[in-house]
Amino acid sequence: MTHTDTLSPTREAFLEALIETDRLAAGRVLESASRLAGPGHALDSLMMPALETIGARWESGELALAQVYMSGRICEELVERLMPDGAGNPAGGEARVAIGVVEDQHALGKRIVLSVLRAGGIPVKDYGAGLGVGELVDRSRADGTRVLLVSTLMLRSALRIKDLVRALGAARPAVKVVAGGAPFVCDRRLGDEVGADAVGVSASDAVSIVRRLLGGGR
Amino acid sequence: MKPALTSLERVLTTLGRREPDRVPLFLLLSLHGAQELGMGIREYFSAARHVVDGQARLRTRYGHDCYDAFFYAAIEMEAWGGEARFFDDGPPNAGAPIVSHAAQIAGLAVPDVAECARLRQVLDAIAGLHEKAAGEVPVIGVVMSPYSLPVMQLGFERYLDWQTEAPEAIERLWRMNQEFCVEWANAQLKAGATAICYFDPLASPTITPPAEYRRTGWRIARQTLARIAGPTATHLASGRSLPAIDLLAQTGTVAVGVSALEDLAEVKHACAGRMAVIGNLDGIAMRRWTEAEAEAEVKAAIAQGAPGGGFILSDNHGEIPWQVSSDTLMAIAEAVRRWGEYPLFGRDGR
Repeated sequence: MTHTDTLSPTREAFLEALIETDRLAAGRVLESASRLAGPGHALDSLMMPALETIGARWESGELALAQVYMSGRICEELVERLMPDGAGNPAGGEARVAIGVVEDQHALGKRIVLSVLRAGGIPVKDYGAGLGVGELVDRSRADGTRVLLVSTLMLRSALRIKDLVRALGAARPAVKVVAGGAPFVCDRRLGDEVGADAVGVSASDAVSIVRRLLGGGR
Repeated sequence: MKPALTSLERVLTTLGRREPDRVPLFLLLSLHGAQELGMGIREYFSAARHVVDGQARLRTRYGHDCYDAFFYAAIEMEAWGGEARFFDDGPPNAGAPIVSHAAQIAGLAVPDVAECARLRQVLDAIAGLHEKAAGEVPVIGVVMSPYSLPVMQLGFERYLDWQTEAPEAIERLWRMNQEFCVEWANAQLKAGATAICYFDPLASPTITPPAEYRRTGWRIARQTLARIAGPTATHLASGRSLPAIDLLAQTGTVAVGVSALEDLAEVKHACAGRMAVIGNLDGIAMRRWTEAEAEAEVKAAIAQGAPGGGFILSDNHGEIPWQVSSDTLMAIAEAVRRWGEYPLFGRDGR
């Protein structure tokens, strides 16, 4: 029996604990899986599938944003507990991924995506909220950012991504822009309109999008 | 064909869940008045008379069925000591949260509506619109719910965290917000608002699980709406409504604003006999609609939501984006006149 098979029965228990925002139960399930299969395998086979399921169930209207947020926070805490020197490196010097909120002060979407990326073992720099396009361009260039995730709340800030993509167009190495937030959930054509390299409809999309964009050329 | 009603009669008949002469249309154009007056958004909201003139011109142009007395959500933050950030092409947005430590909540003072110059401007605008309405057009006032306002007061992340980490402070904030909300809503009604839109995005199952909402925002809504001395409609600001419809119907609200992601017929069925439905044209996609697409969207929404009355055609968010063109708005208004007349096209042998 493979480790994946061994962990199958615990997947539901872990998912349920996250949905119920039961930190203790989630920790117990993950630590037990970690002893059985090793921490890396436990994270890969339990945590990411659970976050993807939660993201999909939010997108379909089955779960609420508060549950997505809390499950991301719990996973982030568990990663730090399980692999203190490994996955979650929030502002590490090697981070080639950054995230920020254009203009708006409300940063819940960014916080959720940060949690998911850290849980997925992707170091990411947090540029904060209330940022102008110029600030995002300057910081991305200075840091050598390869993938910039941009969270938006309002339509007008979502449309600013078009300016951002244009301004980053000449950057070398190329900066790939991932757009997310409520306007992109409502209007699935908005990503093309602003020229984003990818659109994340739910936070759990972030890990696969970032891995794909880091892996290929522009 | 039924005899033509005034906008107010049309809306009241609809809220009574009966069929009026035609489907009422709420074009919630809080920003477009600035375009009508050829001025910037900051200047537009600097004087009540601008909003009165802007709303009057918009209704003359499109012939819709309300005056929208909403300025912008962050105006309540200004009353609480926060700031609004203005932009050239979108609604003013709340600045940084006013509370960063739970202990600060005890030190907050509930704003006195009469003492707040910005809120008085809104009241003056409502009074002006009430006069223009001459008893024929509903004037819609707006409040943020005590349950949703903390998103701006604290920041969304802190608000969610503190509901478990500092529940007593959050309860205290809800009580303070409730006092403010009741006073603010009743001041708007006294100034001439016909009804109050209770803006409560956190009540939506898109944001809060219904079981959690029942324990928190639902309890607050029931208490708050009972103290508001006029009819209220709850708006979920693009969020889904269906899993919480039964709870919403028990808050005392007379109508619910629903998401573009929802099937209007399904929502209408779930609300039957309890609440009217407001919605659900997609304001974001509306920017790029052709006139033919606008007509098709209106026709589809009417076919799903309007049979039997109890349906007000509107956008899904409670505010149509600045970027939506006059041509599109006109196409929507004309389509309602073409397809929204009762008895509805395709029914009763038509």
